[in-house]
Amino acid sequence: MTTAASLRLDLGTLHLDIDLTVEAGEVVALLGPNGAGKTTVLRALAGLQPIDAGRLTIDDQVVDDPAAGRFVPAEQRPVGVVFQDYLLFPHLTVLENVAFGPRSRGIPRAEARSQAQRWLDRVGIADLAGQRPGKISGGQAQRTALARALATEPRLLLLDEPLAALDAGTRASVRRDLRRHLIEYDGATVLVTHDALDALALADRIVILEAGSVTQTGTLAEVTTRPRSSYVADLIGMNLLRGRSTGTVIDLDDHPGQLITAEGFDGPVLALIHPNAVSLHRIEPEGSARNRWHERITGFDLLGDRVRVRLDGEVPLVAEVTPAAVAEMALAEGDTLWATVKATEVTAYPS
Amino acid sequence: MTRARRRPPLLVVAVAAVTVAFFALPLIGLFKRASWATLVDDLTTTESLTALRLSLVCSLSATALSVLFGLPLAWVLARLRFPGRPLVRALVLLPLVLPPVVGGVALLAAFSRRGIVGEHLYDWFGIQLTFTTAGAVLAETFVALPFFVITVEAALRSMNTRYEDVAATLGASRWTVFRRVTLPMIGPSVVAGAVLAWARALGEFGATITFAGNIIGKTQTLPLAVYLALESNPDVAVAMSLVLLAVSLVVIVSLRDRWLERS
Repeated sequence: MTTAASLRLDLGTLHLDIDLTVEAGEVVALLGPNGAGKTTVLRALAGLQPIDAGRLTIDDQVVDDPAAGRFVPAEQRPVGVVFQDYLLFPHLTVLENVAFGPRSRGIPRAEARSQAQRWLDRVGIADLAGQRPGKISGGQAQRTALARALATEPRLLLLDEPLAALDAGTRASVRRDLRRHLIEYDGATVLVTHDALDALALADRIVILEAGSVTQTGTLAEVTTRPRSSYVADLIGMNLLRGRSTGTVIDLDDHPGQLITAEGFDGPVLALIHPNAVSLHRIEPEGSARNRWHERITGFDLLGDRVRVRLDGEVPLVAEVTPAAVAEMALAEGDTLWATVKATEVTAYPS
Repeated sequence: MTRARRRPPLLVVAVAAVTVAFFALPLIGLFKRASWATLVDDLTTTESLTALRLSLVCSLSATALSVLFGLPLAWVLARLRFPGRPLVRALVLLPLVLPPVVGGVALLAAFSRRGIVGEHLYDWFGIQLTFTTAGAVLAETFVALPFFVITVEAALRSMNTRYEDVAATLGASRWTVFRRVTLPMIGPSVVAGAVLAWARALGEFGATITFAGNIIGKTQTLPLAVYLALESNPDVAVAMSLVLLAVSLVVIVSLRDRWLERS
């Protein structure tokens, strides 16, 4: 059973044009910057936003096909949604929230309530059944929202930033539990997130969505070892440069600098450099490093016990050094210095 | 950094005090004027009781009609986009600012036996609204309905409609969404709107006397009885005024969370 979306939607400022398929039992993460259209894709799949062109099928059933004049409204789609801020009905108890779906689908009250109770047991908040949403924590609200979405036994589960509203402490444990529930769930899941860690923990496959278009798909390993956009490179903290390769020399597209790689080929390429492969020098170094550029410091970011130095000049780069190195070399914003990278540290692949 | 508190602007405070007195003095006068010893007797005269009972029946009927017809109208105004919506809103809110007596004249033009609608009501069904209790209810509904619509429409607009989206994804039909999500979430505003409409209906004078007349037991509601009693039996008029004042105070207190700031 396959859920497929071929979806075109014009929202004035955003033009969405994507193709997406999710198999039953699979979790696909839609990863992208704010405003890329991720939530709109979810709304279209849920039936809250009709598409302009294309075709949506859920479990091989057509639910939206403008050309054929077919549109199945939200309440008739086999879809469960966990919304970003959970949106638990404030006037209903936790149990009534979860029983709402079964009740709306025609199951008698008593049966709906006992089903809801079983779902609360499964997500581990059975003791909160009688509480109002206002009285429970963020993690508990997330579990309630998940139970409410799953209680209708949907064939497609949509999660919109399911962990974004949680603080760092609860986030890890809720993420672990969510992962367990997603493994048990036999339908298709589409997860919207802008957090690579959530995608890593929860998804089988990643779809990168930028400005309404899919820029890359694959497993997390595939996407991160061969990023195709600066968004993904930033997400995993790598330097990504675009240029044209002739032998082992790459001429950069938007910058004067050149890059030397170990393995050469011809044509348009992307070059990946880990920030800790970049060395900084006050005076022009003489050594084996084939890449040597004159750079200016534009800023610093603290990342754990490392400092990321943002550089601009012949080649825009981020270098990762220790705080001790920053102090010893007395690095400051606006300083000019030399950056070197060994040719073997540059990973180049066709763009 | 601390700073000496500035002296309050005396002239402004003085004018404000005069204004407060302007509101307070009539109430004090009413209390002083009341003959408390005969209050119960004044209120239990036949004409008082008749007017009280009629007022209650008419105002509650008008409130029920306001809720019944106002709720769908408020929903349409808040949720549907259609050409001419601002015009419709203006039309609905007009009775808020229209002099009630003009409302009464307009109602006559439409629903009297020679009115554009009333003519047919009489010819075809034998229904006459003028000079009947039904006419009094109609006049009160005309002035009360906008209060309900404006309150509920505002609540529908400020409500987070994503809750309705959630309900739809859970399989709820439009009607179920309204009944189990929308209505409970705007519940307090529906109650507030109904209370406002009721208070307005209870106090209605101009439209009622113009359209429905002043017939004891049929269309003579409390405000009309007060006006008439002022000539013949001022004590009764004051006593009935106190009843209406008490109702107004209850309304203000019951809506205090909306209107009175809590310090």
